[in-house]
Amino acid sequence: MQDEVAFGGGLLNLLPRPMGAAMTAVLEQLLNGAQFGVMLFLMAAGLTLIFGIMNLINLAHGSLYMAGAYVAAATFAASGSFLLALLAALAAAVALGAAIEIVVFRTLYDREHLDQVLATFGLILFFNELVRMIWGATALYMQVPAFLAGHVELLSGSPYPTYRLAVIGAGLAVALLLHLLIARTRIGMLIRAGASNRAMVDALGVNVTLLYTLVFALGAALAAFAGAMAGPIFTVESGMGESVLILAFVVIVIGGIGSLRGAFVAALLVGIVDAMGRAFLRPLLASFMSHATADNAGPALASMLIYILMAAILLIRPQGLFPPRGR
Amino acid sequence: MKSIIAAAAALSLLVAPAVAEQSVKIGFVTTLSGPAGVIGKHMKDASTLALDMLGGKIGGLPATIVYGDDQFKPDVGRQVSEEMLQRDKVDFMTGFIWSNVLLASYQPIIRSGVILIGANAGPHELAGAMCASNYFSASWQNDQTPEAMGKFMNDQKMNDVYLMAPDYAAGKDMVNGFKRYFKGKVAAEVYTKPGQSDYQVEISQIRQAAPKALFIFLPGGMGIQFVKQYAQSGLRDQIPLYSAFTVDETTLPAIGDAAAGNYEVSFWSPDLDNPRNKQFVAAFRAKYHYMPSYYAAQSFDAINMIDAAVKAVKGNLADKQGMIAAIDKADFPSVRGAFKYGPNHFPIENFYLLKIVKDADGEYVRKIQSTIFADHADAYASECKMK
Repeated sequence: MQDEVAFGGGLLNLLPRPMGAAMTAVLEQLLNGAQFGVMLFLMAAGLTLIFGIMNLINLAHGSLYMAGAYVAAATFAASGSFLLALLAALAAAVALGAAIEIVVFRTLYDREHLDQVLATFGLILFFNELVRMIWGATALYMQVPAFLAGHVELLSGSPYPTYRLAVIGAGLAVALLLHLLIARTRIGMLIRAGASNRAMVDALGVNVTLLYTLVFALGAALAAFAGAMAGPIFTVESGMGESVLILAFVVIVIGGIGSLRGAFVAALLVGIVDAMGRAFLRPLLASFMSHATADNAGPALASMLIYILMAAILLIRPQGLFPPRGR
Repeated sequence: MKSIIAAAAALSLLVAPAVAEQSVKIGFVTTLSGPAGVIGKHMKDASTLALDMLGGKIGGLPATIVYGDDQFKPDVGRQVSEEMLQRDKVDFMTGFIWSNVLLASYQPIIRSGVILIGANAGPHELAGAMCASNYFSASWQNDQTPEAMGKFMNDQKMNDVYLMAPDYAAGKDMVNGFKRYFKGKVAAEVYTKPGQSDYQVEISQIRQAAPKALFIFLPGGMGIQFVKQYAQSGLRDQIPLYSAFTVDETTLPAIGDAAAGNYEVSFWSPDLDNPRNKQFVAAFRAKYHYMPSYYAAQSFDAINMIDAAVKAVKGNLADKQGMIAAIDKADFPSVRGAFKYGPNHFPIENFYLLKIVKDADGEYVRKIQSTIFADHADAYASECKMK
């Protein structure tokens, strides 16, 4: 019972001491959310392109993320060079992505979504077992590269890990490059056209087969980039792709399937809502319910928050925030 | 004709049990995949070593250990346990890292009458209201170890301590145990997702709360991630980190420098000074080339407890009561030294303060600093009404 008294001022805990400290708290959690968000965007970008252009549900996208993380962790451990590890992860994923597209997905484009789900789910099992055979069942731990270890004094009295800032920076840079690629180049034009009306692009004499392979390889590279950067933050383990995959699907559904802009906005939204929920929901609940109840309800509700967000957005905009034109 | 069949059937009935009782089968449930897979490896290696040192025999009978992977999931653990009981017809069950997995698997094992020896998890339910005569702990009750840390930090007159643990059965036990002996101010209690690997959000919260000290229970991969990220955040020099079941021989190779000088608590340590422990640590290192953890020590003891039980009944595995009585005496060479069982079949044992230091080979190890509790019993024994 005394706990309830101690935590009675829960709402005040939300705004600790001077207002400056509260601002720092919120800003820091915004950064945490943005960092998670850009990583989700890298995953969701490939997924939404593949779904939007090829009309293919690719559950094995998480496996490409996992492959990126494993190749990066192994290369980094062997060579000590983080940049080499990133390059190796990208190269491996492009090769793997193109290979899967040619061997497996070409037979799936004309099939129903259920067939695609079954086939790509099979791929998940295959790749999870494959990494277990190559790297063993226990998880790998990737070190933060030396030049990004340590922390930066971003706001006074609030050091922030350099690596996480680098992830945000790299993620935003890739998002910008991707935007330029899609909006300003010929291949980007074809991708946009494919997302709007695949049959027409095909009829205009574009080599759709090649375009599909390219888009798939691009999506694979983005997923592997996310995986490689996730290596030092998360544990590198078999099956690590699935939890991210589910969130990436949430992101593309919120953003509007096939829309890169939607994926970007939705990814940041999901990342920030998740971070805010984990940080502030429990103290918020504790302000009007007992400490013990808030301890139980807080983490549970925080983990549901992004799904509640998805449901709310779909209620208002069933096509997502930015549905691509022409559909 | 009928009489011949009947005679043959009668004969096979006579022979079958005798054949079945020629060997001992032990079911061992642990986590062999994912970030916690390293814990399972310690337990598997130690139990294999224990059986090897007994010449492959339990109580003089040829023995096998059947290993099962619970994947850190209660439903999978229960399924694996039921398979061992029904398909493998095991004579004993042991292992179990996680309290939630043990709680889920407990009832079918206890109902089957098979003797269950918990080699790690010790949820309070099983020490209290749910205790059973055919269940023993080879380790501790969850609350006991953090109680020792609570007492130590209380004796140090620390105040304003921030508590963090995963949101599952053992997490709550750990925090309760800590608070039972820590009388200073608790800054906050935070429960995180079991198996979580990114703690940046929680670290930002800790920075804002600015407590005087931090006490965590994050076993396995969770601890590796948290301790490394905590050091990266730069908070480590400002808010000292104390832990239980977090910085140990399973996680130290991955954590390294980030935990140098940290304090832990345990009922056992590789440097515990008794002949049996020296023999165990030396044999383990010679065979596997790494330092055993308490997970390994408990698993090693569990197999030796089973051996002592089968010896006491002279290989008559049907004599469950005899074996239970034998285990209850704790009359076997334990690596923790001599100890006793409480009325709820949980050990009454010592708890030590440990510090993370570099040994002569430049490796980080846990070293005993002092004894916090001598012959410490758990808080739930009085709730146990054993039938």
